[in-house]
Amino acid sequence: MGLRDQLAIPRDVIATVKNPEHRWMAVCRGTGCSSSASAEVRQALCDELDARGLSDEVEIRRTGCFGFCEAGPIVVVHPEETFYTHVTPGDAEAIIEEHVVGGKPVEGLLYRDIATDTAVERWHEIGFYGKQQRILLSNCGIIDPENIGHYLAFDGYSALEKVLTEMTAEEVIEEVIDSGLRGRGGAGFPAGLKWRFARQTQSWPKYVICNADEGDPGAFMDRSVLEGDPHSVVEGMIIAGYAIGAQDGYIYCRAEYPLAIRRLEIALEQARELGVLGENILGSGFSFDIIVKEGAGAFVCGEETALMASIQGERGQPWPRPPYPAVAGLWGQPSNVNNVKSYAYTPRIIIKGADWFKSVGTEESPGTAVFALTGMVNCTGLIEVAMGITLREIIYEVGGGIPMGREFKAVQTGGPLGGCLPKEHLDTPVDFDSLVAAGSVMGSGGMIVADETTCMVEFAQYFMQFVCDESCGKCPPCRIGSTRMLEVLQRITDGEGEEGDLDEIRRIARGMEQGSLCALGQLAPAPVMSTLLHFEDEYKAHIEEGCCPAGSCRALITYEIDPDLCTGCMLCARKCPSEAISGEKREPHVIDTDLCERCGLCKEVCRFDAIVVN
Amino acid sequence: MSFQPTFDASEIEDLLNGKRGGEHPSLMSVLEEVQARYRYLPQDALILISESMGVPLSQTYGVATFYNAFSLKPKGRHVINVCTGTACMVRGAKKVLERISDRLGIQPGETTEDGQFTLETVNCLGACALGPVVVADGAYSGEVTGAKANALLSKVMAEAKTV
Ligand SMILES: Cc1cc2nc3c(=O)[nH]c(=O)nc-3n(C[C@H](O)[C@H](O)[C@H](O)COP(=O)(O)O)c2cc1C
Ligand code: FES
Repeated sequence: MGLRDQLAIPRDVIATVKNPEHRWMAVCRGTGCSSSASAEVRQALCDELDARGLSDEVEIRRTGCFGFCEAGPIVVVHPEETFYTHVTPGDAEAIIEEHVVGGKPVEGLLYRDIATDTAVERWHEIGFYGKQQRILLSNCGIIDPENIGHYLAFDGYSALEKVLTEMTAEEVIEEVIDSGLRGRGGAGFPAGLKWRFARQTQSWPKYVICNADEGDPGAFMDRSVLEGDPHSVVEGMIIAGYAIGAQDGYIYCRAEYPLAIRRLEIALEQARELGVLGENILGSGFSFDIIVKEGAGAFVCGEETALMASIQGERGQPWPRPPYPAVAGLWGQPSNVNNVKSYAYTPRIIIKGADWFKSVGTEESPGTAVFALTGMVNCTGLIEVAMGITLREIIYEVGGGIPMGREFKAVQTGGPLGGCLPKEHLDTPVDFDSLVAAGSVMGSGGMIVADETTCMVEFAQYFMQFVCDESCGKCPPCRIGSTRMLEVLQRITDGEGEEGDLDEIRRIARGMEQGSLCALGQLAPAPVMSTLLHFEDEYKAHIEEGCCPAGSCRALITYEIDPDLCTGCMLCARKCPSEAISGEKREPHVIDTDLCERCGLCKEVCRFDAIVVN
Repeated sequence: MSFQPTFDASEIEDLLNGKRGGEHPSLMSVLEEVQARYRYLPQDALILISESMGVPLSQTYGVATFYNAFSLKPKGRHVINVCTGTACMVRGAKKVLERISDRLGIQPGETTEDGQFTLETVNCLGACALGPVVVADGAYSGEVTGAKANALLSKVMAEAKTV
């Protein structure tokens, strides 16, 4: 008899979830879809079912993110797995009447393939999912994250049971090392090795810390895992606790993620009630509990030592390493810090084995990579792909290419400490080492696509501004270096760039890289340097010719009206906030460049493409 | 969204009394509660907290100025938050921010003189697929353009007048 047989497991829930014929609908309640009114959609579906007396026959389930945020709110009708996109509350009637009662999918709500413009019925037939391999996100979009029974139905907590009954701590560490799992927070350090160091330090208590700070602007992988499958992170942390000999865990989650925090609290409560968390877990004598700590909005707190300072209630400033957290971390005690995804992979590795994990991905980077694919791509969303896939496959096959027929320009990974790659590098395989070799980094999963309208100097300035705001101020190379570098970039985008500015940028970058205390300052010049490496021409155009090739820098552009295209509809003249546009009705208009503040409103509203940027 | 209540020393004292006796009376959690109550950290509150917790004022100030969640200035009646996360940026958030900033006559982080509007920026709200995103008094708007921002502002301003 297994340990879990003694628990009050909600067996009826599990049976329902596992029943292949069960009729249910998944409504995404991740932050993305929630911002686009999925709560109202859910309510409307419930009301429609109620009105027909069908509430007992069809389950409406709140799930985590499906990943395809672009098409939200999303509703998936099971068991057929019919995938409805952009659902509004008004569509509820059709879904219930035509599909649930009538048995025919609602054509108009199906996803239409971008290339072929045909309706796609089933979830897995959609191009966006075609190249994906969802092992970490396998539960997202399927289970109700607020119901532990759903997690149990998909082997939840059986890895924990296996660890507690069949494996020694050393064997757990061996298995994780053997799987080749590399930390998913950015640096890609082997997770098992880190666990071993923490285990070997002879000092108690020890701490297991989950880094859920996710400070990269434009990234939401960790949040989606926490919102969609919180128990997998909890289970991973308990296993890590057993492996290194710790009893206390902390999850440091940014306060901007209220939904993730709530789901975590619910998960922890249910886990305690069931007996898989807290004192004497599953009767094994091993005890472990977890506290959620909210961050107060500081990017540097994602750095592991700053994170621990923040948990201690201090200013979140990093301290020099060594000593590494595995030796002296939180409250000076041995601590293991891993990213959300690193923990979430662990239960899956324990159950399916190291060899299974190694069979996915590449030799040096086994497993999958989870990205938040955003920016100028047709299919924005959360994706999971096997390591080794190329950037081109991700952007053009999963992401469906660049919208509005525009040109791809660069793809940025690794956030404010990462780099960007131009189209010559689109065939680079995505894994920890290849991306570094190409001049970028894996990062923790933000992948932002920029098209021809993005000015790369402004892009660099944007990241430097970010670092400038977020530098903790402790060490001068980072604090002063970022400010100086920003001044130079600002000068260039203002049209006041000088000869020698590019050398100045390189000089400041060297100082920051070599002199900064933590990786924030050391890596902060990276986005600037990578744009300079690949787009030096664009910098030079700003400095030498006083023009912005992307037509974006306000100080360097002028707006004009093409008299051949202008129909004299007067729309732009009415919208112009500075009254800089004049002209008679049905006659071509003109812009007074002295009055024009270059806000671009006219270009946005013009229906005839008559506004040209120079 | 309601306007912030005025500072009341006895409230802070109550808050501190409630906190004492706990295991780790953390400065941050006290500041978080004061911030939630007043939507900024009044100077008198910081002094009071420091004195009664026995923490040097410099340290309290240090923590209060470090985290973005804390503000030392009172906020306006209406808060307009423009996402300037990378995903929103490459989709044109800069133009949106410039438009709003031009029209209100304030820079991000500032409040209009009449105390009506505060303009803020945030680094990713997790709704990147809808970008550029603007949150006006808690309500999300997606795919905002300069023109849409204009309309949104007019609406908030009209409401401000009727209050
Ligand atoms: C400035 C800075 C910010 C960071 N932010 C994060 C973060 O938001 N999430 C994260 O998991 N790791 C972040 N890291 C990396 C952590 O320091 C640490 O390496 C990581 O949490 C280790 O987990 P892993 O081995 O599972 O990757 C950051 C590092 C730096 C220097
Ligand atoms: S970058 Fe704006 S919501 Fe993510």
